[in-house]
Amino acid sequence: MPNVMIRKREDGGLLFYVAKKDMEETIASIETDTAEAWGGAVELTDGSRWYIDPISPPPSFPTTLRFKRADD
Amino acid sequence: MAAMTREETQALIQEVLEVYPDKAKKDRAKHLAVSDPAVEQSKKCITSNRKSQPGVMTIRGCAYAGSKGVVWGPIKDMVHVSHGPVGCGQYSRAGRRNYYVGMTGVNTFGTMNFTSDFQEKDIVFGGDKKLDKLVTEIETLFPLAKGISVQSECPIGLIGDDIESVAKKKAKELDKPVVPVRCEGFRGVSQSLGHHIANDAIRDWVIQNRDGDESFATTPYDVAVIGDYNIGGDAWSSRILLEEIGLRVVAQWSGDGTLSEMELTPKVKLNLIHCYRSVNYISRFMEEKYGIPWMEYNFFGPTKIAESLRAIAARFDETIQANAEQVIAKYQAQHEAIVAKYRPRLEGKKVMLYVGGLRPRHIVGAYEDLGMEVVGTGYEFAHNDDYDRTMKELGNGTLLYDDVTGYEFEEFVKRVKPDLIGSGIKEKYIFQKMGVPFRQMHSWDYSGPYHGYDGFAIFARDMDMTINNPCWKKMQAPWMQDAVAADQPQAAAG
Repeated sequence: MPNVMIRKREDGGLLFYVAKKDMEETIASIETDTAEAWGGAVELTDGSRWYIDPISPPPSFPTTLRFKRADD
Repeated sequence: MAAMTREETQALIQEVLEVYPDKAKKDRAKHLAVSDPAVEQSKKCITSNRKSQPGVMTIRGCAYAGSKGVVWGPIKDMVHVSHGPVGCGQYSRAGRRNYYVGMTGVNTFGTMNFTSDFQEKDIVFGGDKKLDKLVTEIETLFPLAKGISVQSECPIGLIGDDIESVAKKKAKELDKPVVPVRCEGFRGVSQSLGHHIANDAIRDWVIQNRDGDESFATTPYDVAVIGDYNIGGDAWSSRILLEEIGLRVVAQWSGDGTLSEMELTPKVKLNLIHCYRSVNYISRFMEEKYGIPWMEYNFFGPTKIAESLRAIAARFDETIQANAEQVIAKYQAQHEAIVAKYRPRLEGKKVMLYVGGLRPRHIVGAYEDLGMEVVGTGYEFAHNDDYDRTMKELGNGTLLYDDVTGYEFEEFVKRVKPDLIGSGIKEKYIFQKMGVPFRQMHSWDYSGPYHGYDGFAIFARDMDMTINNPCWKKMQAPWMQDAVAADQPQAAAG
């Protein structure tokens, strides 16, 4: 369950940054992204999948959240 | 002119790897790659930030070097104590040319060495009492020091001293920041972890010092220049450009920087990051806590400067954008004259780089402005995100080497035959003796600045005087010169 910092890129895309791994990827898709909640299964452009319980109301970015690996 | 095709470069890597034992070969193969601009994620083709192989020659530093030498050291109005045996501090003293203004020993301490000089009894009985005593001594001798940082050397972590409690106690007693930094040299694989530890120390002990204090008058144009270490005056030649486009540079980290500038950084509107590797941690922290956006910029060479100035101005209103255009136009004649003068002398020359931080990718633009081509580049201590950024700057088929070993670098140079190598002091004399022109790209070979339009003029001159130096034609002793050399009279060639 790594701590992940989510920040907005200049073009509006969301970046998924894991400090300990120096991993900086773009989020390709999010399960829930509405006015009420944000979260669920998240897929990154490198193909890895992560999960976070939907947060309501949606957090304001940048912020640090704890994600789970959804692969296993 | 592409120096080598992808296949040739790939074959070269295989050939160089041939001498290693199987295990080492397997490991080193992951660190050598051929750049491909189509690759979005560098981790697919290059591995970085891994422990160096025992037995190979690496030029990496340690966590203490990353913290004391790079991030904390240049903060001029603080005393940085090298806590531990005397050597680490003394042999690195004033090694980096972080220029600063001030009266050394009175209100600035950049080139001085402060150490707790550990002896056997300190290792046996612990050094906390000594640290306590020396902080008091520093206060007596240098009352104008704005703060003290304690940079741990290896033994501190090994004997388990509690420098944090001493620091807290003394900070209260002296009423100035005393920052314990846990940058023991054995931590991590290279100086890169030292940068991270130093950033974390700034986060925990400095950055929130003025939270809730609104007495600092801000403007909408406040920016901070972070990660410029003012090598040979680099930060100054960058700063004037930012001020010319109408921005107010509130803080400059950490070259020619002060403690109060660091404390004021959370008040700015935008953090401008020069060296991404060493300060991205604190920038991300400030973005999250204070909502300050950050952006990377590159002030090497006119093309990149114009690009960066426009990108910076785009974050502000139209007056700044108009100013940026004016500034770019103002310097156009100046850099066009430089390119006109030096480009014919440097056109088509091939360069290989091996440095750290940001230069293996940032300088590429400046060389291209002079008509030169970077045919190989690599980092000492980069992580994957650095290589992601590097791939975009390079052409197809450029050789990439991460934490290159002495042997590999020599073999690459023998085969690629660059006209110039840019690396550090440890490589300099090897390559000069091989007859290859060489510039130190850590210290700008005691020249500089290289940033900004003013720096570009110096950069172009330095590259010309290195590559076109007549000494390279006199590498062979006269009695060794054969008939071929005799056909080309030396005097006429120069």
